[in-house]
Amino acid sequence: MKAAVIVFPGSNCDRDLAVAFERAGMDVTMVWHKDTALPEGMDIIGIPGGFSFGDYLRCGAIAANSPICRSVVGHAERGGYVLGICNGFQVLTETGLLPGALMRNANLKFICKSVGLKVETSDSAFTAGYNAGQVLSIPVAHHDGNYNADAELVARLTGEDRIAFTYMDNPNGSVADIAGVLSENRRVLGMMPHPERAVDERHGGTDGSAMFRALMDQLATA
Amino acid sequence: MQDPAITPDLIAAHGLKPDEYARILEIIGREPTFTELGIFSAMWNEHCSYKSSKKWLRTLPTTGPQVICGPGENAGVVDIGDGQAVVFKMESHNHPSYIEPYQGAATGVGGILRDVFTMGARPIAAMNSLSFGATDHPKTRQLVHGVVEGVGGYGNCFGVPTVGGEVRFHPAYNGNCLVNAFAAGLADADKIFYSAASGVGMPVVYLGAKTGRDGVGGATMASAEFDDTIEEKRPTVQVGDPFTEKRLMEATLELMQTGAVISIQDMGAAGLTCSAVEMGDKGGLGVKLQLDDVPQREPNMTAYEMMLSESQERMLMVLRPDKEAEARAVFVKWDLDFAIVGETIAEDRFLVLHGNVVKADLPLATLSGSAPEYDRPWVETPAADPLTEVPEIDPIDGLRALISSPNYAAKQWVYEQYDQMVMSDTVRTPGLGAGIIRVHGTEKSLAFTSDVTPRYVKANPYQGGAQAVAEAYRNLTAVGATPLATTDNLNFGNPEKPEIMGQLVGAIKGIGAAVAALDMPIVSGNVSLYNETDGTGILPTPTIGAVGLIAAPELAITGTARDGHVALVIGDTTGHLGQSALLAEVFNREEGDAPHVDLAAEKRNGDFIRANHVLITACTDLSDGGLALAAFEMAEAGGTGVHLDTADMAQLFGEDQARYLIACNFDQAEALMTTAAQAGVPIHSVGKFTGDTVRFGHVEAPLADLAALYRSGFETAVG
Repeated sequence: MKAAVIVFPGSNCDRDLAVAFERAGMDVTMVWHKDTALPEGMDIIGIPGGFSFGDYLRCGAIAANSPICRSVVGHAERGGYVLGICNGFQVLTETGLLPGALMRNANLKFICKSVGLKVETSDSAFTAGYNAGQVLSIPVAHHDGNYNADAELVARLTGEDRIAFTYMDNPNGSVADIAGVLSENRRVLGMMPHPERAVDERHGGTDGSAMFRALMDQLATA
Repeated sequence: MQDPAITPDLIAAHGLKPDEYARILEIIGREPTFTELGIFSAMWNEHCSYKSSKKWLRTLPTTGPQVICGPGENAGVVDIGDGQAVVFKMESHNHPSYIEPYQGAATGVGGILRDVFTMGARPIAAMNSLSFGATDHPKTRQLVHGVVEGVGGYGNCFGVPTVGGEVRFHPAYNGNCLVNAFAAGLADADKIFYSAASGVGMPVVYLGAKTGRDGVGGATMASAEFDDTIEEKRPTVQVGDPFTEKRLMEATLELMQTGAVISIQDMGAAGLTCSAVEMGDKGGLGVKLQLDDVPQREPNMTAYEMMLSESQERMLMVLRPDKEAEARAVFVKWDLDFAIVGETIAEDRFLVLHGNVVKADLPLATLSGSAPEYDRPWVETPAADPLTEVPEIDPIDGLRALISSPNYAAKQWVYEQYDQMVMSDTVRTPGLGAGIIRVHGTEKSLAFTSDVTPRYVKANPYQGGAQAVAEAYRNLTAVGATPLATTDNLNFGNPEKPEIMGQLVGAIKGIGAAVAALDMPIVSGNVSLYNETDGTGILPTPTIGAVGLIAAPELAITGTARDGHVALVIGDTTGHLGQSALLAEVFNREEGDAPHVDLAAEKRNGDFIRANHVLITACTDLSDGGLALAAFEMAEAGGTGVHLDTADMAQLFGEDQARYLIACNFDQAEALMTTAAQAGVPIHSVGKFTGDTVRFGHVEAPLADLAALYRSGFETAVG
C-alpha cells in the first residue's frame, strides 16, 4: 500500500501522519506543495495538520490553490482515497472536495485536549475498524474547527450517512456536533480531531490506530 | 535624510550615561556618528551586555561531563547519549509583553525557538513561566489573555509542543508582567553550529524575513524602567510571523545539511548589530556590511534603523563561497530572502556602508569586548523576622482557599490554548509537575520543568535561589528523570539600588550552590533587570528551567494514585509555615523566613526515588501548598479520595523542602519503608487514597466539590 503525505511550508503534523501510515504498514512518500503531479500509484493521499500558509486569513484557502492540490482533486475525482486531518480538513473544504466550512471556534480560542469522539458510521474504509456508536478518545488542536453547514446540508449528510464522527462534548461550536464528514463516494474523509496523535500507548492512547489499520486492510482488498 | 546632531539629550535617550559616553569618545577618538551612537547603545545596554550581572554570573557552575556547550552561544548544549544532544535556553520578553501582550509574548517564543534552531537543533519542547499582577488589577486580565494567546499563536503555528510552565499572580507584578519563554531542541552532538566566523573574505549572508522599522531600540527599551510614558514605547515592540519562522527553521536545518554554513547567528535583540559583531568578535575577524543589499520591507530606511531594527525571523550566516548556489536554492525553495550583505575582513573593524557613505567604522573587538562592566554596590538582604503565631483554621478551608486561588487552581484554561501534542511524542502533558517528550524514534525521553517561588527569594535570596533549583530537581526526579542541566532566567528590579543588587547576588549564590550540589550545571540563561514601574520593583524572580533524561521507558514514573494506594512522604516535615502559600492566600501575610534547603538531603532523597522507581506508582514533589495541596492534586488526578491521618495545619501546609509524596500499593510501601530505613532516608506513611472525600484527620469534604472549585478557580479569576 502506498500513501502520499502532502507537505505545505507550514504543515506541522506531516511527520506525525507519515508515522501513523507507516505503523499501519504503508509505504509513505512526502510530496512537496510546489510539485504539480502526485507520484504514480498512490493508494491514499494524506493532507496533514498545521498552518499550511500561515493561515492568517482563511485557513487552507491558499493551500487549496497550490499546484499539488489540483492533482489531489484529480486523484479524488478518479475515485482515489484522501484523508484530511485538521488543517487538511480545512483544505478539503476549500477545494470543494468536501462540503461545509470551518470557522473560528465558538470561544474564539485555540483548543488542545483529548475529546470523546463518537463514530457515526462504520461504512467507510476509514471507519470500518470501529463500530457505529463507539466512543473514541482522540486529541483536538485547532483554532478554526467550528464546522458550519446549513440545515439542508446537515440533513443531506445525515440522510446519506456521511457524518463520520461527532463530538460527545462539542468543544468548538460545530453544527450538529460534526467532527468529520465523508464525500459522496465515501472515499474522502475530513476531520478536525487528530487520529494520528493516538497511535501509540505511550503517548495519546491508541484509539486512532484502528483507522489506519482499517485503511490498510480495505485498500489491500479494494 | 540628515542624521541628527549628537547632543547630551540624544545620548541620554540612548540609555547611555555620561561616563559611558566619555568612554566611547576615548575608544574612537572622535564624536560618533548617529548610527555609531545607536550601535554602542545597543551593544552596551543591560539586555545585551549583562553589565550589572556579569561579575556574578561568572561564579555559576557551567561545566560537567554532560555539557557540550555552556553559556555564551545562542543556547546550551547537553549530551543525552547515543550521539544526540539537547539544546535549550530560557529568555525573557517582559517589557514588550507588558506594552503589547500578544506580540510581545509571541515574539518571545519566536526568539527562543530561533536561538535553539540556530544551533542546528529542531525544537521539540517549549515551556513558559508567566507572572502577572493581582487578579483585581485593571490591566491583569487583558495581559493574561493577550500573553497566553500570543504564546499559543506563535508556538502552535510553528509546531512545537508546550509541555510545562508556571502562571502566578502577585501585586508586585502589577506594572511589570514577566514572560519567560523556554525552548529545547534535539540535534546530533557532532553537528552543532556555532556563531564564530572564520576565514577572511567569506560572504556574510542575510536570511529570512525582510527588515522593517519594528523594534528599533527594543533592547534599550528592555533595559529601562517604566513610567507613564509607556504607551509611547509601543512602536518598539516587534511583530511576529510564526509561519515565516517555521520556514526559516526548515530552511536553516536543510541548509546546515549541505555543509554551506561556517557560522550562524540569529538576529535577536539589536538585530543586525549584535549578530554581526558577535560573529566577528568570536572569530577574531572584522565585518564589512553593505546595507544597500539588506532586504527591506519599507522604503527609505536609514542605516541607523537597519542596524537597530528588531524585525523578527532573521538570521545572519557566514557562508562557504563554493556552496552559494546550493544554499540559495534552499532559501528559494522555502520562499525566503537570501542576500549577501557583506564579508568578513582581516582588520579589526566593523564597517557599515550605506549608499557609498561610511555610516559606522568602529574597532570591532573593542566594541564587543569593552562593554562597561559594573561591580554594583549591594547590600545583603536582612534576615526575615521570625514568623509570629498563625491562627489555627479548619484545614479543609485552607485547602479550599488554595485551590480556588488562580495561583494554585488547575491551569487547563491556559494549557488548552497551547498545542501540547504536535510532533506526537508527548508522553506527559503540562499541568502537574514535569512534562515529558519522547526523543523521536528512540526509547529515551526528556523531562522539562520550570520553577521558582518568588516569595521565598524576596525573604531570603540565597535560600530562594537554591530552592528554585531544588524544586526543579524534584520535579524531574518525581517522573523518574535524572536531572542533566539548567537554564536560568533572572528577573529583578533596578540593579542600581543596592538592596535589589543584593537580591540578585544572593539568588545567584544560592543557585550556584544548588546546581553544584545537584549536578545540574547552568548551560544558558538570560538576565532581565529594571523590572520596575514608578520606582517599585517586582518580586525577585530567578526562573529555573531544567531538563532531565529518562534513559528507558521503564524508568519513568507516570502512574496515577488509585483507590487503595498508600500515601507515603519521603523527607522530613517540621511544618515550616514562613512565606507559605497558606499564609499568603488565607491570611494575606508574607512573613517569616523562606524554608531552608538541605542540598545533601535533596540529593539523597532524589537518588532514592530514582533507585526505587519500580516500587512507586505515582510521585509528586512537595512544594508550595505542602502535603495538603499535593495530596489533593494527586487524588484529583487519579479520581480517588484521599484520607490523611493528620489535621495539624503545619504538618499539612508546611513547606519543608526535600520532600515527595508517593502513591503505591501496600506491598510496595512495605518494601519502600525497608529500603528507606537501610538508606537512611526519612519515610512516613501519612494516609491512604480511598473513597470519594478529601479527609484531613476528622474533617472532610467531597472530592467532587473540591475538584469543581479547583477546575474553575483560574477561569473565575481571569477567564
